[in-house]
Amino acid sequence: MIKKLLVANRGEIAVRIFKTCEKLGIQTVAVFSDADEHSVHVKAADEARWIGGSRVKESYLNIDKILEVAKESGADAIHPGYGFVSENPDFAKRVKEAGITFIGPNEKIMETMGHKIAAREAMIAAGVPVVPGKTIENADDEQTVAKICREIGYPVMIKAAAGGGGIGMQRVDHKEELIKVLPSVIKKAETFFGSAELYVEKFIENPRHIEAQVVGDIYGNVQCLGERDCSIQRRNQKVVEEAPAVNLSEETKASLYQYAEKAAKDIGYTNVGTIEFLVDDKENIFFLEMNTRLQVEHPVTEEVTGVDLVEWQIRIAEEKRIMDLKERNVSYEHAIEVRVYAEDPVNFFPSPGKLKRWSFPDMPSIRYDFGVEESTHVTPFYDPMLGKVISKGHSRLEAIAQLVECLENAEVEGIKTNIPMLVETLQHPVFKEGKATTQFVQTHVIEKKRTQV
Amino acid sequence: MKEVKTTMAGNVWKVQVAAGDEVTAGQEVVILESMKMEIPITCETNGVIDELKVEEGSFVNEDDVLMTLK
Repeated sequence: MIKKLLVANRGEIAVRIFKTCEKLGIQTVAVFSDADEHSVHVKAADEARWIGGSRVKESYLNIDKILEVAKESGADAIHPGYGFVSENPDFAKRVKEAGITFIGPNEKIMETMGHKIAAREAMIAAGVPVVPGKTIENADDEQTVAKICREIGYPVMIKAAAGGGGIGMQRVDHKEELIKVLPSVIKKAETFFGSAELYVEKFIENPRHIEAQVVGDIYGNVQCLGERDCSIQRRNQKVVEEAPAVNLSEETKASLYQYAEKAAKDIGYTNVGTIEFLVDDKENIFFLEMNTRLQVEHPVTEEVTGVDLVEWQIRIAEEKRIMDLKERNVSYEHAIEVRVYAEDPVNFFPSPGKLKRWSFPDMPSIRYDFGVEESTHVTPFYDPMLGKVISKGHSRLEAIAQLVECLENAEVEGIKTNIPMLVETLQHPVFKEGKATTQFVQTHVIEKKRTQV
Repeated sequence: MKEVKTTMAGNVWKVQVAAGDEVTAGQEVVILESMKMEIPITCETNGVIDELKVEEGSFVNEDDVLMTLK
């Protein structure tokens, strides 16, 4: 049994994990950088340990220091949250070597699924459909890259092979554009992921981004806990997520669940994970990637299934068997999550600064997962996400209406946020009809504003 | 002497010009990384770079001078 858990992360996800630990009677340890000394997650834990300077390399990516404070604190488990070291197999391995339980899958699975090419091969072996694509080992040779892109057929998507989270992804429509953007894509791959290896795949026009939540235990039991629609994205990063997906046939959903369970079972997956798919307008399904961690958008699945996914992560790490998680008695049919970002709602540029006011209405059907409070200084060092607002309803339209009411009555001062853009999205007829694709923000928010100028 | 200042805090990711370079109004001279996003900083006037005040990897606060123009 885990007695004391350290969260190697910050912000809302650290706070979220501490809540479950409190419920389970597990002692908690927060870690913090210079910039986070007075942050909410530090206050939310039973104890807190300093791990270094404000920059992520000096603190939240500093594996040696995290392990050092974990040992000092007597933590017997580490939860990595998402981002930072959450999908770093070396971190998982070293946590285990230190005699501490890692809350997540084993490092070999993380290594395979964290690498786009290896993941793709594993999925092909499992019989899961994938997007046509190819690896580029020698990305500096632009003529070879151009040849590969031509073979796949423009438009293509170029990505860092080792990347994730939308960083370093670039759509390319023709050769001239490829030559122009290639150096920048290589630089990003090297800067963010330490490898210049690129991956090119066919760009699926106007797809929906649908993902399946899976849970697996060490005894080989795997369950799929339904799907999430995460099509609303800006800069290739999600903004609005919901469960279940609307306007998706029951046959397609059944296929998604089947592929997700097959994929997880084939690779021997343990803990919670997410299989991400692109679904085109003919409901063809393509494997995109697997996230071997808790997702930012996990609350929408929790609200419609009644499952506490963090609790199950901890139980699985304690070598318990998963129960039948699908048959839960829940009151809600639908849940929608929006991510509140510190950014300009028009051009999405970051907006660091001091939160002079941070107030949201008290509504029974709204869940708040926040990592900030009034007076928090939002720094430029980390992701701009301030927290998440999750609405649960007896119908999708009810969930939307509640969320709009909530956001319209929120009072945030001191920095800019994307709240106006979120309200605009939730009220848009295309979103309300459940017809949004990954191009929604580009088409209905950005293009609209451009034509209005 | 004219100055190019940063509009927000962040890490200097790329300096796109060198001392002695001629620049024109609206030209991107520095790319910052702030909140995991690329922020291009442009110069507002024409001129020649006199002195660079930052290098790649350094951290800047809002309104810091990145370079001077003559």
